[in-house]
Amino acid sequence: MIDQADVVIIGGGINGCALAYELSKRDTKVVVVERSSLAAGATGRCGAGIRQQWSTHENVMLAMQSVRIFEQLEEELGASIGFRQGGYLIAINEEEDMQQVQQNVAMQRSLGLDIAILDPDAITDIVPILDVKGMRSIGATFCPTDGHADPFKTTYAYANAAYHAGTSIYLHSEIMDILTKNGTIQGVRTDKKTIQAPVVVNAAGAWSKQIAAMVGLKLPNIPFKKEIIVTERMARIFDAMVISFKDGIYFSQQDEGQILGGIPPPETVTGYHQEPTFSFLTHMASTITRYAPVLQHINVIRQWTGFYDVTPDARPILGPVEEIDGFIQCHGFSGHGFMLAPVVARLLAELIVDTRSSPFLEHLNIARFATNDLEREQSVVG
Amino acid sequence: MNIICRCEDINEKEIIAAIHDGCHTLDDLKRMLRLGMGPCQGRTCLLLAARILARETDQCIEDLSLQTSRPPVIPVPLGILTRDTHD
Repeated sequence: MIDQADVVIIGGGINGCALAYELSKRDTKVVVVERSSLAAGATGRCGAGIRQQWSTHENVMLAMQSVRIFEQLEEELGASIGFRQGGYLIAINEEEDMQQVQQNVAMQRSLGLDIAILDPDAITDIVPILDVKGMRSIGATFCPTDGHADPFKTTYAYANAAYHAGTSIYLHSEIMDILTKNGTIQGVRTDKKTIQAPVVVNAAGAWSKQIAAMVGLKLPNIPFKKEIIVTERMARIFDAMVISFKDGIYFSQQDEGQILGGIPPPETVTGYHQEPTFSFLTHMASTITRYAPVLQHINVIRQWTGFYDVTPDARPILGPVEEIDGFIQCHGFSGHGFMLAPVVARLLAELIVDTRSSPFLEHLNIARFATNDLEREQSVVG
Repeated sequence: MNIICRCEDINEKEIIAAIHDGCHTLDDLKRMLRLGMGPCQGRTCLLLAARILARETDQCIEDLSLQTSRPPVIPVPLGILTRDTHD
């Protein structure tokens, strides 16, 4: 029984498991404490898209680095993660958005991203079932290296690799308290045991707020309930993820052939309400069949909910906090935690083990909320 | 070879292997194997899988927690759900 570690990670989602792997690779003794099962929170409920088309410079760079890691991750972890690059097709719905789109694309290209602005006619070359008129689309952007991975397989692959490198993973274990002394982390107390460690990482997703509150730290994060549907399987029709910022919709065809997608529910719900709603289901059905009328004949087989852990600027909170030495934050991904996990895990592992910070971590530190100078990520869906 | 989940084509051997790999609940089996994620939503396979899980982990079948049921419970065409709605 281990009761001592170098790092305790709270949360067995994609970010906790990816960080455990990156730390264990650097000869660090890690314990992951998960209240339920791996990927039981937002990770296993998410759309699992991987996108590099963002409005902030920083998010584009982070996402591009993440894609590079995803591209060789199956080889590195020695397991299938269902990664494929079918591209993201982002509908442009309003003439007045065109200027912003052109600016974003110019910025994305300057960072080396392969991205095109498509005429309306070219949209159905990428996704044949789309009805450009029904979408009310005047064009689209398309990045062929955007893609998707299986959130369960990816989390398990990271967790397995971490486990084989010496990480202990405690499932169905709840954090009761975070132990500190003179403003310095000492470890955690779970409902089963005490684990001593000089570093504790808060990677509890939508529940990070409660974890931080255990040491008197107030987070600005708000949990938003999000809903998703999945259809029956069908033969492969398209490879791209289709999204629209105006309608908030996203959908793609998964490896097994089912179509999975979401849209913001008609009523915005904050707090920890998990109930799926009929109003979401009908809103999603109306919108997805407007985008792709042929889908009216396809059966929905399941809908479920999950949380976005949303920060005031829709960007994650990463790195240390001033008040407590050794308490590292890794949350607030605002709906983009899956796609950023590979690069975030590397950056945080470098910070924790090599005490090497990066400009990204400086910008994404919680201290930014004390200023009024926030750069909000605009490109958010779902 | 006994097929247990017909929608997702999962056999008994695969379920036993997943249990020995650390799946100790029906939800774990769902996440690992897609058991019960197909059109029948577990109506055909769940009880069979529960019996295997109980047997392999020395638990009473009554003590196992079921997978979460999700709406709409039976498959419904998207076209039906759009009727009388405007957005």
